Amino acid sequence: MSRPEHLAPPEIFYNEDEAKKYTQNSRIMEIQEQMSERAIELLLLPEDSPCFLLDIGCGSGLSGSVLEDNGHYWVGIDISTAMLEIAVQREVEGDLLLTDMGQGCPFKAGAFDGAISISALQWLCNADKSHHKPVQRLYKFFSTLYACLSRSARAVLQFYPENGEQMELVTSQAMKAGFYGGVVVDYPNSTKAKKFFLVLMTGGNVPLPQGLGTESQSGGIDYARRERVKNQRGKPMKNSKQWILDKKERRRKQGKEVPHHSKFTGRKRSGRF
Amino acid sequence: MKLLTHNMLTSKCIRGVNVGYPLVINIIRNMKLFTHNMLTTKCKKGVLVGYPLNIKASDIRISSVDFNPDFISKIIPKIDWPVLYSAAESIGHSENLPKEAPPEDYETNEDFLKIAHKALLEVEVVHGELVCPESGRKFPINNGIPNMLLNEDEI
Repeated sequence: MSRPEHLAPPEIFYNEDEAKKYTQNSRIMEIQEQMSERAIELLLLPEDSPCFLLDIGCGSGLSGSVLEDNGHYWVGIDISTAMLEIAVQREVEGDLLLTDMGQGCPFKAGAFDGAISISALQWLCNADKSHHKPVQRLYKFFSTLYACLSRSARAVLQFYPENGEQMELVTSQAMKAGFYGGVVVDYPNSTKAKKFFLVLMTGGNVPLPQGLGTESQSGGIDYARRERVKNQRGKPMKNSKQWILDKKERRRKQGKEVPHHSKFTGRKRSGRF
Repeated sequence: MKLLTHNMLTSKCIRGVNVGYPLVINIIRNMKLFTHNMLTTKCKKGVLVGYPLNIKASDIRISSVDFNPDFISKIIPKIDWPVLYSAAESIGHSENLPKEAPPEDYETNEDFLKIAHKALLEVEVVHGELVCPESGRKFPINNGIPNMLLNEDEI
């Protein structure tokens, strides 16, 4: 997968052409919406009560629209003027600000009931200018974010870490700024559907929610490993019933849509057909 | 930019600025529109009323946002009221807003909530600038989007 943050700084990469994709490409829009829905779910906001939220890297306001649909009010920050222009054209309800998240969140203390960010945090791990220092910029971002959230508020940041070190860097800076929490991984068995959510909490250490597609985590691991070892000795023959079942199980773990199992699964058709 | 956002905004990200609150709103009047406006409305009736309103329209926009009393009463404790009042006054939309503090019974006072709703969410500054009270740094507002980007030497 190509990584846009290796190509150009965000304010240059997200030009008019790239911004247009976010209003025309239905696939991009669908994925953004799904991730926003999941981020709101992880925020654990009080039910039936409108909240005042911060959207970091709001871009063309796709995630903001999801917040609006859920009855919340929001303020979005982004570094790309082209993307913000699109947001203005889309007539989103939230207010927009042109800001670099690495320079800090310019808000007064305790302003927001929560914060979300969709696919923006990985940009902070790159030094695009000679005076950029990723560690300092991350720390500045997290410490100012901590300040502008009200107590017991959460921040959910979906991001694409390039490797384990980057994930470690981001989480350690967040912890240094005073947050509790960690990374929740959805669909860890799939390369494509796998999504990382950094769930940060300001008040007290609460156990992290579980990622999607990780049902068989406790106790099941040993069993699964034994099963896998057994299968490696002799893989089921291709197109056999066991092979089909294995494949379906694999795809189910990846979070894909799989037809349900029935007595007809993997059965040969009768000769009459 | 809505006044609710203005109420939350600071310029403390600049190096050397400790508080950076509240930011001053300046509205740049479009000179061309101004002259244009003078010329067109002069031949009509009611010049005195028509001209300042039209001028304002290029800088400040009143949009309609659905009224949500729950949200307004929830957000009022977070609002710095004198700052909101002076901001609304500086852009000429302080009608009926209490000067010092919201009334005690604001949660149930529907009329007050409606006034607060209008000031917080419906009045928008489209063109203008925000001025930092400590350093005097100006942040331009273009098309309703404040530009809070800082230069290398200000971080």
